[in-house]
Amino acid sequence: MRHGRYRFLAGAMLPPLLLYAVFVVSPYAQAFYLAFTDFNGVSSDVRIVGLDNFTRLWSDPLFLSALRHNGLMLVVVPLVTIALALFFAASTRGGRLLRAYRVLYFFPQLLSVAIIAVLWQFVYTPNSGLLNGFLDGIGLSTLERSWLAEPRFALWCVMAAMIWSAVGFYVVLFAAAIESIPADITEAALIDGAGPVTLFWRITLPLVWDSVQVAFVYLGIIALDGFALVQIMTVGPGGPDNSTEVMGLSLYRNAFTYGKYGYASAMGVALFFLTLTLTVLMLRATRRERVELA
Amino acid sequence: MKTSRLVHVVLLVWALLVTLPLLWAVVSSLKTDAEIFDSPWSLPATPRFDNWARAWAEASIGRYLLNTVVVVGGALFLTMLFGALVAYCLARYPFPGNRIVYYSLVAGMLFPVFLALVPLFFVVDQLGMLGTYHGLILVYTAYALPFTVFFLHSFFRTLPTAVAEAAFLDGCSHAAVFFRIMLPMARPGLVSVGIFNFLGLWNQYLLPLVLNPDPDRYVLAQGLAFLAVSQGYRSDWSGLFAGLVIAILPVLVAYILFQRQIRDGLTAGAVK
Repeated sequence: MRHGRYRFLAGAMLPPLLLYAVFVVSPYAQAFYLAFTDFNGVSSDVRIVGLDNFTRLWSDPLFLSALRHNGLMLVVVPLVTIALALFFAASTRGGRLLRAYRVLYFFPQLLSVAIIAVLWQFVYTPNSGLLNGFLDGIGLSTLERSWLAEPRFALWCVMAAMIWSAVGFYVVLFAAAIESIPADITEAALIDGAGPVTLFWRITLPLVWDSVQVAFVYLGIIALDGFALVQIMTVGPGGPDNSTEVMGLSLYRNAFTYGKYGYASAMGVALFFLTLTLTVLMLRATRRERVELA
Repeated sequence: MKTSRLVHVVLLVWALLVTLPLLWAVVSSLKTDAEIFDSPWSLPATPRFDNWARAWAEASIGRYLLNTVVVVGGALFLTMLFGALVAYCLARYPFPGNRIVYYSLVAGMLFPVFLALVPLFFVVDQLGMLGTYHGLILVYTAYALPFTVFFLHSFFRTLPTAVAEAAFLDGCSHAAVFFRIMLPMARPGLVSVGIFNFLGLWNQYLLPLVLNPDPDRYVLAQGLAFLAVSQGYRSDWSGLFAGLVIAILPVLVAYILFQRQIRDGLTAGAVK
């Protein structure tokens, strides 16, 4: 019995753990080492350069603008997405028809980010795109733009696509949280004369705060990425005048176009610490007293 | 509670925002290039299904779809098998190092894939697996493991122990207990995490972009992005729209059939 037990454990766990060690643990560990080298693809002449890569990051104008763009997305995308999702979740309680909205809103979540990027690239296309066609149709043709080619608008267009695809998921997530609020709490508030707005701010929001917290963290991670949307949607690398450059794109280009693997790894390390800090900060900033639902 | 008229209008506007781009893509995929340029609102004079045929064959969408099915199918099977095995062993067998293994697996969820990208490329290259089906399958599996183990670990812990103990008394081996008793009992959890993994793997873009440079092996997301970005196909708008619609259709059909399970599966992952 004992013998069979250890043989089973070894047989069941060693292949997956080996796979995990080779393709996940070892690359992550190597990345921290490579970030301190000038590795350019030829392993015979790797030099340790200390913190050089990181000091260069701070004076690399392209990386700094990427950082700014991710920073802007980090502020805009979670806030807008969560606000919209909370509103939709709270207003689709009740009838079957209202619930059908949730089913519909959720669908974009299932699409690959590459498909979303291609679809929205078409929407923004100047001559035959849906957006300019719409503006033309309602007599606002003066507002028509070549949306993705103008530095002022390109990043906002990318963010719109990001929000479009994310909202539905959080509608469903928040709706589930709202539905788990006991009916007597809501009823008591209504009897006390609370209107829908008071009800939302004083009852619903505090009771679904756990889900909102989770949403902030997830959306923050999405906002620090943006690689696929930018790479596929906007022209050239990094959009018009690099106005849509994001950190992931800088990393990808330095590694797989310029072969500066050491420098790219340093960007990866920076990105890792940013993600980690963000997660901790988001969880702290949004911490509230826990409300126990009896 | 009555929903006000204004709220109804807002809900309807968002519903249109979600559906219009998708409907527009479907309609455009049935138009000629001239009709597409003429007006985004016009309907095709006659639906041009040859656009779809052209996207399928000439633009290789069919080939990309097949590649995706092979890679995602293989990776999903392996992820579920490995994930369930590891989660079960960690949840049910106390052994020295159990916690260390569990936490080092779960820690994998904290790291952005971008950090691993450069070394991963060289690891896969040295193993001679760049641009191969099995290379992608193994990498996909490795990166899907942490969440799968994390999710199933808590699931196996909640299952009653009595049935397994009875089976051991009847002389069942450890492997038989796992495959014939515990795995069927864990079905609801397996379905949730299976749906979650399927969509995650189906939608992969970054990993194939770096590890799968051979155009004959492109997966759907990668191939479609390649067609949209590459200049050669720029002139064939209707074909591109058709390719886009073909790429969306399988997901749409799956959603219509299993919408409840899909939404539950995806959101279950988030609240854990």
